[in-house]
Amino acid sequence: MTMEGNPLATDVLFQLGPVPISTAVVTTWAIMLVLVVISWLGMRPMRVHPGALQLMLELVVETISTQVQEIVRRDTRPYLPLLATLFLFLVFANLSAAIPGAKPPTGHVETPATLAAIVFLSVHYFGLRAQGVRGYLAHYTRPNLLLLPLNVLAEITRTFSLMVRLFGNIMSHEFVLAIVVFLAGLLLPIPFMLLGILIGLIQAYIFTVLAAVFIGAALGSSEAG
Amino acid sequence: MTIEMLSIIGAAIAVSFGAIGPALGEGRAIAAAMDAIARQPESAGPISRTLFVGLAMIETMAIYCLVVALLLLYANPFAG
Repeated sequence: MTMEGNPLATDVLFQLGPVPISTAVVTTWAIMLVLVVISWLGMRPMRVHPGALQLMLELVVETISTQVQEIVRRDTRPYLPLLATLFLFLVFANLSAAIPGAKPPTGHVETPATLAAIVFLSVHYFGLRAQGVRGYLAHYTRPNLLLLPLNVLAEITRTFSLMVRLFGNIMSHEFVLAIVVFLAGLLLPIPFMLLGILIGLIQAYIFTVLAAVFIGAALGSSEAG
Repeated sequence: MTIEMLSIIGAAIAVSFGAIGPALGEGRAIAAAMDAIARQPESAGPISRTLFVGLAMIETMAIYCLVVALLLLYANPFAG
C-alpha cells in the first residue's frame, strides 16, 4: 500500500531561475490575485449607496472589526489591516481544498511558518509602538522578575504552536481524506470534505483570534493567551 | 527490531496515547461551556468564542503528537 507522498516535503512545480517554486506558492499567488480582484471590483467606485459587492465587503470588514474590538478593547483601525487580511487569506487558503485539483497552501509547513513569523514580528511592533521600549520590555518582568525566562520562552512556544496548530490541522485533515479516498472512493469522502470546510473556517478564525489576543496582550489591554 | 519497525510502533503509541489527554480535556471543557450556556443563554456568544480558542489550545497537544508521529514516519533522522 503506497500512501500519498511525504506530507513534510515540498512539491516543486517549476524553477524560476535558481528559485524552485512549489505548488503552495502558486496557490498563494492565485489566492492573493482573487482577493485583490474581488476587493478592486467591489471598491472601484466607492459609493455612499453601495452596490451588492461593496455591501458584502463592508459587512465582512465590519464583522471582523467588531470581533477584534471585543478582544483588543480599543480602536481597531491600526490592527484591522493585518488581522482582517490574515483571516480572509486563511479562509480562502483553507477552503481551497474544496476546489478539485487545488491543495491548501496552509497544509505545508512553510505557509503557516511565514504567517506565524508575521504575527510574531507585528506583535512586537504594535507593543513597542503602544507602550514604548521601557514599558514594553517591562511587561516581560510581570508579575515577577523570576518569570522573565518563562515569559521569553512563552513568546517562542506560542508562535511555534500557532504554526503547528494550523499546519497540523489542515495537513492531517488532508491526510485523513487521502486515506478515506483510498479505502472507499465514491460517496464516503463527502462528509469528511464537509468536515474539512468546518475545520478550515474554525482554524482561520482561531489563528486570527489568537493573533488578536497576542496583540492585545502586547498592548497591555487584555490577558496573554 | 530495525529502526523502521521501532519508528512505526513509536508513531502509533505517540498518536494513541497523545490523544487520550486532549480528548478528556476537550470533553470537560465542552461540558463546562454547555453548563454555562444552559445557565446563562444570553452570554452564549463570549462563552463559545472562548471555548473555541480554548479547544484549539487543548487540541494543539494532540497535534504535537501527530507531528512527532509524522516526523518519525517520514523525516526520521535515525533511519538512513
